[in-house]
Amino acid sequence: MKAIVHVVLKKDVLDPQGKAVESALRTLGFGEVSEVRQGKFFEITLDGSRDDARARLASMCEELLANPVIEDYRVSIPDA
Amino acid sequence: MRTVVVVFPGSNCDRDVAVALARCTGRAPGLVWHGATNLPACDLVVLPGGFSYGDYLRAGAIAAHSPIMRSVHEAAERGTAVLGICNGFQILTETGLLPGALVRNAGLRFVCRPVDLRVDGHTPFLAAFTPGERVRFPVAHMEGNYQADRETVARLEGDGRVALRYVDEAGRATEAANPNGSAAGIAAITNTSRRIFGLMPHPERVIGAELGGSDGYRFFTALADALA
Repeated sequence: MKAIVHVVLKKDVLDPQGKAVESALRTLGFGEVSEVRQGKFFEITLDGSRDDARARLASMCEELLANPVIEDYRVSIPDA
Repeated sequence: MRTVVVVFPGSNCDRDVAVALARCTGRAPGLVWHGATNLPACDLVVLPGGFSYGDYLRAGAIAAHSPIMRSVHEAAERGTAVLGICNGFQILTETGLLPGALVRNAGLRFVCRPVDLRVDGHTPFLAAFTPGERVRFPVAHMEGNYQADRETVARLEGDGRVALRYVDEAGRATEAANPNGSAAGIAAITNTSRRIFGLMPHPERVIGAELGGSDGYRFFTALADALA
């Protein structure tokens, strides 16, 4: 199965890259943009049951994919 | 003092710090590849600067899980002193030996210049200096912006574990003197035992007048005396 993991900086952590993208979008005329937060996206192919995969993916996020000090993560396993 | 420098794929200050240790302690360090599982007996382990694993994922994140790091953790638990410089500091936070994290510089630019630092904490790593003294080391980093939650920063401050702080020429930790946006101008911290020390600036780059300064020479010679 394929799982999707999003990792983003926590709300209270300054995201200078997101800010730079945000101001570039405004410069391009997208004045409706009020905020951009930049993050990371992982597509992970793995074996096992969906329930096991959820737990294992959470461990992967805690141990490596995200740094819990500064980042939040979100895991989803879309229906095939 | 017996020292060991861990070399990761992408380390690029390993030789600089090896030269500094040899010159300042009178004894060349051992170099250990990240894939080794046993750390030789030593008084000080150094995680050098550079771009371990190309800074993939997050700076220091992959190196933090290198085979040698288990051995570094064990040595640290036994009281062996651990020094992380720049990428080494990032590795120490990623591996959990120091709190907080080092994120992208607030100005989004790689910062490479000498900075003034105020000596604030007590640790063998600052044996050369007196509290409140101003020293000058160069920085060279893209992810040197120290961040931690409010409680962690308050605890570091309360325990006197903020070891070095970016300051102006008058010794004030101003926004203008802060090269990367670090919380409270933090440039270096220690763990609770004061024997694990992480800093973004590079003391190994100022070990003699020919390199533009000797505060790093003082740093390493006094450290060798303090740990001997």
